[in-house]
Amino acid sequence: MTELMTRPTFVAPRSWSLASRSGKTLSRNITDVVPASMARRAPALLLPLIPVTAFVVLWYLLTAHNVVAWLRFNRMPSPASVLHTLLVRVGSGGYYDDMLASLQRILLGFGLAAVVGIALGVLVGRSAIARMTLRPFVELIRPIPAIALVPLTILLFPSSEQGIVFITFFAAFFPVVVSTIHAMESMPKVWEDAARTMGAGRMSLLFHVVIPGALPGIFAGLSVAMGVAWICVVSAEMISGQFGIGYYTWQAYGLLDYAGVVVGMISIGALGLTTAWLVERVGRRVNRWLPRSAQ
Amino acid sequence: MSSGAVNLHELQLGFDGVVAANITLTIKPSEIVVFLGPSGCGKSTILRALAGLLAPMGGSATVDGAPVTGNAAQCAMVFQEDALFPWRSALKNVQFPLKLRGMRGKELTKAATARLEQVGLGAYLHHLPSQLSGGMRQRVQLARTLACEPQVMLMDEPFGALDAQTRLQMQQLLMSVWATQQMTLLFVTHDVDEALLLADRIVLLSHRPATVAEIITIEQPRMPEAQFEESYQRRRRAILDFLGHRPAA
Repeated sequence: MTELMTRPTFVAPRSWSLASRSGKTLSRNITDVVPASMARRAPALLLPLIPVTAFVVLWYLLTAHNVVAWLRFNRMPSPASVLHTLLVRVGSGGYYDDMLASLQRILLGFGLAAVVGIALGVLVGRSAIARMTLRPFVELIRPIPAIALVPLTILLFPSSEQGIVFITFFAAFFPVVVSTIHAMESMPKVWEDAARTMGAGRMSLLFHVVIPGALPGIFAGLSVAMGVAWICVVSAEMISGQFGIGYYTWQAYGLLDYAGVVVGMISIGALGLTTAWLVERVGRRVNRWLPRSAQ
Repeated sequence: MSSGAVNLHELQLGFDGVVAANITLTIKPSEIVVFLGPSGCGKSTILRALAGLLAPMGGSATVDGAPVTGNAAQCAMVFQEDALFPWRSALKNVQFPLKLRGMRGKELTKAATARLEQVGLGAYLHHLPSQLSGGMRQRVQLARTLACEPQVMLMDEPFGALDAQTRLQMQQLLMSVWATQQMTLLFVTHDVDEALLLADRIVLLSHRPATVAEIITIEQPRMPEAQFEESYQRRRRAILDFLGHRPAA
């Protein structure tokens, strides 16, 4: 805004006509375009603040007055103490080590799940033999909560680090594979028919027709997978981790540092939000052609 | 041009062992043959077999003496529904078959652009299918199919979903394209006027299993004025009777 407003004063001494012309368009811009776009954007910016503010105010009132009415808020940390702990944590190196450790596990587990899940989903979606062989096995393993694998992963993997990545992978894998299979099944047959009559072979069919056409469905699975991956990485860290935001949160609980617990929770929320946003951004870019996103 | 002769001999088509069509028909190069028949009689099945999308149960189907099996690239197909790849722009859609034929770089863009200009879409190269009207999408499909340089072009009710005005424009476009390329054209429709306007010969198919019931040769094909003549009206009447007097499915 300030940059825009100062620019004409730099131009003015050099060429009057240019300055006056650009000055005119600028004033029109400010009176017409800016308020319109602001008015359009304002609800999107302001409305989300209402529940957040309401939540913090309610939290403040309940903790400040030590309300005990069945639910007991007398030992809950107040917003101020959480903010204080958060600032202390943000100033310490350990906070970033924990965040980085969790992020690394998530990205590794999620990345593996995406690659293996899409590959297996495509295989099952494309080949009748693969479907008959693998589908029942997938459906058998799928209902097992990833967190129930903790005891066996501790036995299985030399380090808990690998175990946590494996659990994250296991959790994120199923949404990806199932949504990929569904995306292949629900794809209009005519795309494949058309490609085949034009002479497309197996590989060009796969990479230029089947996978691009399935990407919207695959990305739906990926964003579910990202959410599940966070649940599992945090839970696994709480049980067997040595670093990470889940480990930190659990340790704070052990030390009766409730403000620290809330800081951990907020950090998990922020990280989860960021990664979900990233998946959505990439998905929107890749699936720009969907009629919905064209507007 | 002498290529594009289609020979169907006792061609049996069907699904799960049930015969849906049994066709014997000889088509000359550069001929326009329109299939007409009661709905669900298996008209599209014949085209799908020629396109290599359906393996025949018996008999033979040849193009220029070579059997039609698997990816018969000499038979390209225009579909009724949206067969365009919605994630590709018009230009990229037309580039698809050219790329399969090994074309790359500037040559690829030039050839695809030329095809789109041929169907009057030179100004819409970078539009996605969702940004084009139904008629324009069928134009892109036509351009994409022409890019295959087919000896035989199969068209499965390609204008069935269009409004009357657009349909007329598309028919004119198709005729001008055919006049320059002179490929053999196999066209399925349920619109008698469309059949009479386009065809050299109209093949009337019987009810399932589809067999050739009658072949009508148009002496002066593709004369739009002909529709005001009495012989045209009589012929039209006869075809409608044929289609209407068959027992319903």
